[in-house]
Amino acid sequence: MPETQPNAGNATGTLLRGAWPAIVCIALLALVPTLSAMFDNPFLIRLFTRVLIFAIVAVALNFVLGFGGLVSMMHAGLFGVGAYVVAILAVHDFDGAPLWIFPGTSNLAITIPLAIVVTALVALLSGAVSLRTSGAYFIMITLAFNQMLYYFFVALQKYGGEDGQQILASLSFAGFDITKRVTFYYVSLAVLVAVMLLFWRLVNSRFGIILRATAQNERRVVALGVSPLRYKLAAFVISGAITGLAGGLWAAGQQFVSPADLSWIRAADFVVMAVLGGMTRVWGAVLGAVVIVLLEALLPNYTQYWQMPFGLIVILIVVYLQGGLAGLFVRDRPTGAH
Amino acid sequence: MATPILEIKALQKRFAGLVATNDLSLDVMAGETHAVIGPNGAGKTTLIAQLQGELSPDGGAIFFNGKNITREPAHRRAHLGIARSFQITSIFPQFTVLANVALAVQAQQGHSFRFFGSAWDDSELLGPAREAMDQIGIAHRADIYAEDLSHGERRQLELAMALAMKPQLLLLDEPMAGMGRQEGQRMTQVLANLKKHYAILLVEHDMDAVFALADRISVLVAGRTIATGSPEEIRNDPAVKAAYLGHGG
Repeated sequence: MPETQPNAGNATGTLLRGAWPAIVCIALLALVPTLSAMFDNPFLIRLFTRVLIFAIVAVALNFVLGFGGLVSMMHAGLFGVGAYVVAILAVHDFDGAPLWIFPGTSNLAITIPLAIVVTALVALLSGAVSLRTSGAYFIMITLAFNQMLYYFFVALQKYGGEDGQQILASLSFAGFDITKRVTFYYVSLAVLVAVMLLFWRLVNSRFGIILRATAQNERRVVALGVSPLRYKLAAFVISGAITGLAGGLWAAGQQFVSPADLSWIRAADFVVMAVLGGMTRVWGAVLGAVVIVLLEALLPNYTQYWQMPFGLIVILIVVYLQGGLAGLFVRDRPTGAH
Repeated sequence: MATPILEIKALQKRFAGLVATNDLSLDVMAGETHAVIGPNGAGKTTLIAQLQGELSPDGGAIFFNGKNITREPAHRRAHLGIARSFQITSIFPQFTVLANVALAVQAQQGHSFRFFGSAWDDSELLGPAREAMDQIGIAHRADIYAEDLSHGERRQLELAMALAMKPQLLLLDEPMAGMGRQEGQRMTQVLANLKKHYAILLVEHDMDAVFALADRISVLVAGRTIATGSPEEIRNDPAVKAAYLGHGG
């Protein structure tokens, strides 16, 4: 999915040409359950479910990071909010005790949309504060918000505190059991594809163009007659909402949430996925998520000090691949081409 | 040329002890090209920035079409019809020329909370954008990335973006800065053409261009106007000669 620009040529042709790495990537990801069954290796599907859900976050984060120039260090926090919404409601459903006046529920058709709404609200409040700053200050403030959310859930003894919360209720989506590994995998893949399409539309819309222009030259955007803050805020809320969706899926897939899901290291991982994947492409972040999750899973098999080669690999990719991993496959200009 | 489109009254701006704008009054009539000249550090760009809204004055008032806009934020002034081209080229390097200008059209059309539909093939944006590019003469560079343009072409793009805002008043901050002789002459022609359609406040160092284009000239020294008049009057003003034109201007 290329981030195109006005062009006299055949728009559809350009679209397909630039999108092939994304299509190939999705096709390969779709093969994972088959391979997992073939090699009788359930670990594979678990690992790649993690890839898919983190990829959703990385794509959502990259919307504000790569296209909006906003390095958010609180997307792990937003991810955790979404996860806890699903988990907490499931706990109340299992206990039978209402949450204040609301009954708990294990129906994901209710809890996932709620996770999206609650996360969007958190993004709205934190964005309204943090977006008044820029650069290093924005990074610091979002990091502070991330830590506030982290310690909030650590302090929630009722839902496991530091140890996290097991989901004992059996989750379903409006009566359908989607938590079986293979089903859940395909559901996550479908959500990822939908999210990629959503952001691809967004970055080429009038809204997305204001966002991208602001990242390049905010002063000029103001001189043209646009007040950028509300656009940045709207983008941050959309990005946060999708991150909350991913968090909700995460809780459903793991049947377990813990403050570790909100750790600032996780927040930095998301940033690395987006940057490494190639910030100027919507699908770049998917490649970033694949590589980072696989490295984190595989390197510890070889050495206890796996962070050393991990760091080296990240450095090499950043130094030698202009445009991140996406740049390996698509040679044309960052923000799309003809 | 009866009514002023822009009136500046006793404008004041200080930066930590430095008086950048000192009791400055000036007006631009409808359809007029009013040039502001002065030595480096006279406060020309500071004046433009206060008119556009990027800087806020410490005293005095600015009226645009009779409306006091002294406290209006920059983005609202742009919608009222004030367009600035920057002295140091300010464009969107990762967008093509056409995309740069289309963005200016989009900004002028009101809010951009349109989330779907590609803006890149929206004729509502591209049509007016091409028109503005034609007016400036960079239509043939439409698909070039702005960062790949030559210096002169960037200056042209800067102008095309200002025009795409459908302004009533153009604030041009040294449109010929850094241009070669030929490029400068071509730009003078472009401006001579624009002059027919817009009120212009022109800050420029190129005296040939200033005397060719301006209906009136104000001379700025140390943040205040020391003279305002027709090009002929300014050329012969002894105070101006002493302060600025000095050697052979």
